[in-house]
Amino acid sequence: MKNLSRTVLTLWALSLACIAQAQVKVGDSFPASKTVADGALPALAGKVAIVDFWASWCAPCKASFPAYGKLNATYAAKGLAILAVSVDDNPADYEKFIKKYSPPFPVALDRGHDLVGLVSVPTMPTCYVLDRHGRIRFIHPGYHGSETDEALRKEVELLISES
Amino acid sequence: MKLKSRVFLGLAAVALCISGTGCTTMKTVRVHPWERGLLADTTMDPGRDAIGSAMMEHVVSSREAAAGGRGVGGAGCGCN
Repeated sequence: MKNLSRTVLTLWALSLACIAQAQVKVGDSFPASKTVADGALPALAGKVAIVDFWASWCAPCKASFPAYGKLNATYAAKGLAILAVSVDDNPADYEKFIKKYSPPFPVALDRGHDLVGLVSVPTMPTCYVLDRHGRIRFIHPGYHGSETDEALRKEVELLISES
Repeated sequence: MKLKSRVFLGLAAVALCISGTGCTTMKTVRVHPWERGLLADTTMDPGRDAIGSAMMEHVVSSREAAAGGRGVGGAGCGCN
């Protein structure tokens, strides 16, 4: 009986350990990670920010880049900062993608999956819209073309209008 | 301890663990969305060889009177 109880408790503890990794949610502060990328991340403090997690092997991620480029062109001067964080395992794939799409906003490679692990994105791609205080205000799991574009545009305008 | 009680306790333990891990949620996915680079590779797509797939489909439909239902398109990144 004792052995059985011990086994049950061990299994329960293991099962709890499996769900320990929690996703960030709306209202949370966006986690900071100093180990991301080769250099320092662009300063997002005081700006409305979109942080997008992408990968070169992810087809919707490719489709989202031109849309982020348009957002950047329209709202960068008004205080929007876009940061695209790659989760590619192979730096060569990352470089090739950047060379092909030449994004007009900062990109970074999350080499050790440190930041994406902290955020625990639900799907690829996922983008987080942050207010000027670094709080997550909106989350977009996946990229759904014009539907996502329109929602992002409205959200960015709303956050920019907030002082 | 009676055998019935042991079986009951064992089943309860399994049910407890399943409920704890929440097997129906994303939380228990072992391969995280950002770790699916290899799964998204072309070589993981069972339909990457169009001619081979068409031949196999012909064999299945003519010999076994079964057509279609041979999986979904694309590889395994599960994007979007």
